[in-house]
Amino acid sequence: MPWLSLLRPGDYLVVLCGAILCAVSFSLVWQEGRAEKAVVRRGGEVFAELDLSRDRRVDVPGPLGTTTIAVESAHTRVRVLSDPGAHQYCVRQGWLDRAGQIAICAPNEVSVEIVGSGKTYDSLSY
Amino acid sequence: MTRSVIKLVTTPEDHCIARLAAAAIGLALIEVAIPLPLPGVKPGLSNIVTLIVLARYGWRVAAWVSGLRVIAGGILLGQLLAPGFFLSLTGALFSLLALAGAIRLPKRWFGPVSWSVLAAFAHIGGQLVLARLWLIPHNGVFYLAPIFAVAALVFGIINGLIAAQILTGHQMSGSR
Repeated sequence: MPWLSLLRPGDYLVVLCGAILCAVSFSLVWQEGRAEKAVVRRGGEVFAELDLSRDRRVDVPGPLGTTTIAVESAHTRVRVLSDPGAHQYCVRQGWLDRAGQIAICAPNEVSVEIVGSGKTYDSLSY
Repeated sequence: MTRSVIKLVTTPEDHCIARLAAAAIGLALIEVAIPLPLPGVKPGLSNIVTLIVLARYGWRVAAWVSGLRVIAGGILLGQLLAPGFFLSLTGALFSLLALAGAIRLPKRWFGPVSWSVLAAFAHIGGQLVLARLWLIPHNGVFYLAPIFAVAALVFGIINGLIAAQILTGHQMSGSR
């Protein structure tokens, strides 16, 4: 490789440091998105805060009936198990496992949102 | 009314700087035509010129070439005093500071690739700080940091290699 002859010994060191910096920046950003707990709201008010490290099932009474929310600690994730709403959007959304994700059962006025160490976004635009 | 003639006295060094800056501006303009997936991720081809100037004429001339490139590039792209211009300016300032340090590293061990990578990281670091403080005052900008860091590393290495290649070619033709 003729290109390799252009590199001096210290250059490898600098490139290695740069690669480490890249890896560190990736891990830092991913760390921040880690899910820690789920906040369940009913009618806009906090109904329960669920620790994602313990399996739990919560029944939330709403105007239409009961919305059931389940935590799976093995994967630190949460989902809406059942909901009386007509379209079942929040149920079909499936598992939520990253900070910032939210499932809203609008007809029954129940929502479950994951919060992590830092406040994150459900989307970014520029 | 008397006619007055304004004559700027220019030195050969000024001409040299102008020529090199023109090359850098040309590369900066070409670069805009290259489609890239994310705004802000650019190869920074004009930095090849900065690196070569740094090696051959020293930091002061490199600072001139870099500064002229940012200002003239801003005028030509219609970006002067727009946010993008200040991002380039900050990036150029930070990478010049990094280069001022890098040029003092022992030449036997650290070559243009080191300078280029260090300058690229300083460039993106400065831009992220400016973006955080001024354009997007929220920690959300740091979500793009890993992508920028990888781009800085990759393009830093490539630009450094190109500069090193051109510099060795020069030394060889000069010694003949």
